[in-house]
Amino acid sequence: MIVAERKSLADIKSFVAGFERVLVVGCGTCATVCLAGGESEVNVVSLALRIAARAEGRRQEVLEDCITRQCEPEFVAAVIERVRRQEIDAVVSLACGVGVNFLAERLGDVPVFPGLDTKFLGASPEPGVWVELCAGCGNCILHLTGGICPIARCSKSLLNGPCGGSNNGKCEISPDVDCGWALIVERMKRLGTLDRLMDILPPRDWSSSAHGGPRRVVREELRQLAAEPAEKGAAVR
Amino acid sequence: MRSSSNLERVLAAGHFAVTAEIGPPMDCNGEVVLEKARLLRGCADAFNITDCQTAVVRMSSIASAVLIMREGLEPVMQMTCRDRNRIAIQADLLGAAALGIRNCLCIAGDHQSFGAAGKLKGHPGAKNVYDIDSIQLVSILKGLRDEGRQQGGDEIEMRPPLFIGAVWTPMGDPVDFRPLRLAKKVRAGADFIQTQGVYDMALFRRQMQIARDMGLHERVAILAGIIVPRNLGMLKYMDSAVAGVRVPQELMTRMAKARDAAGADKAQARVNQEQEGLRIAVELIEQARETPGVRGVHLQAIEWEHKVPEIVAQAGFLPRPVIPASA
Repeated sequence: MIVAERKSLADIKSFVAGFERVLVVGCGTCATVCLAGGESEVNVVSLALRIAARAEGRRQEVLEDCITRQCEPEFVAAVIERVRRQEIDAVVSLACGVGVNFLAERLGDVPVFPGLDTKFLGASPEPGVWVELCAGCGNCILHLTGGICPIARCSKSLLNGPCGGSNNGKCEISPDVDCGWALIVERMKRLGTLDRLMDILPPRDWSSSAHGGPRRVVREELRQLAAEPAEKGAAVR
Repeated sequence: MRSSSNLERVLAAGHFAVTAEIGPPMDCNGEVVLEKARLLRGCADAFNITDCQTAVVRMSSIASAVLIMREGLEPVMQMTCRDRNRIAIQADLLGAAALGIRNCLCIAGDHQSFGAAGKLKGHPGAKNVYDIDSIQLVSILKGLRDEGRQQGGDEIEMRPPLFIGAVWTPMGDPVDFRPLRLAKKVRAGADFIQTQGVYDMALFRRQMQIARDMGLHERVAILAGIIVPRNLGMLKYMDSAVAGVRVPQELMTRMAKARDAAGADKAQARVNQEQEGLRIAVELIEQARETPGVRGVHLQAIEWEHKVPEIVAQAGFLPRPVIPASA
């Protein structure tokens, strides 16, 4: 999932203090699962904004919403419609940065503010803890490293084994951080494939990662399918 | 000869090589570097110039290397992958070669969160690069030097004659992977290896045995790292906090005895420990020299460089051999 963490209530308040009708929108997928921007967090943020407005003597109405996903047009359409209908003059999105962008581009002159800090692609190995497991680099090499990612899980994204900073399975940056390469070596020993680490991985082509500029995936067959008349599309199915 | 560097010539002539380390200052005072150079002249075959070690901003390794060359010392320019992408690294390698630098040590570099292990502020909020890793850096340098080709594939006319170094942390975790990683560095094209500081000579010798069984000692010149201990606190710190450094209890006991012999006299305790530290360093050098496959030592007297001549003299390494460039 995309892991996010809520910004401070003071920050969120500062974004919207000058607006009279604010809509706080949660996101029902990743942000909900990582307990940062689901229905109950929408409720908490809205309540805090109302209390602050009252305490400071500001006229501000705070409305609440939570949609399934803020990254898909069909779900976002309802929010756009509501903003227009209820004359909302600012939106706080409790989605990841994708949701904020996606809403912002569709809301004309109504500003959208981020209620979360988007952290990483990760998972929750134990309650209350989330860890990064994928860097979204666009060219997966997990088949070479026993399913454990050196790009996301080595602090230096090294490709040819652990640096000299590996210490008792921990990384030189912190005793709380596992050394990604120690995990890879251990895993490949168990799989009996340690000898594969003898291959020297050449310098990587980072153009598939964020370093190559904003990325897009285009699948022409799906585009064509969507462009065809509905009946014909149905017939193909 | 790949580089005709003094270090390469000394090793090629079969001598036991000695390198030492010079840490550049945190400001632009070149006199500090020149002063260290004058102090150390003649006591080693080449001198490593660190590249913002422990992720602290210091005078650049290229500039410092050129400064010590003015004093007649040969530098080993350290080059980390932390602060430069492959474009900047290759540009600097070419520039270094043009300035007359003939040795380059390829390393990953301490993570920017280090900040001298918390002793200085450093720049923990910096964005790191790590476009390539140290093994890839070795192979890129070899490509420039031996194939006249940049990493991207473009050909170059004049090839940089650099003697290629890499580091080895023989006692680093995971310890059984370390000889394999050394083998990768050798295969990538390393000419010489400087190891992380060795105190646990028994474990080092076991790792060297594995390296010898793989034939690595014949393909690369391994220089054992010796970090001169100054006091008990330093040994304890290195044992517990420096990855890949293990200090046997016996050495810590010796240092504790030296300290305690001074009783309540703190100044004397300091002197005693420093003397014991120098003795330990000379003994470690001797043990490293007796280890089959070891072809030199790399001395690190951190913030204590002026003691290097004394150590080298006691170890019987003086005078250093002079091998004419034409040999």
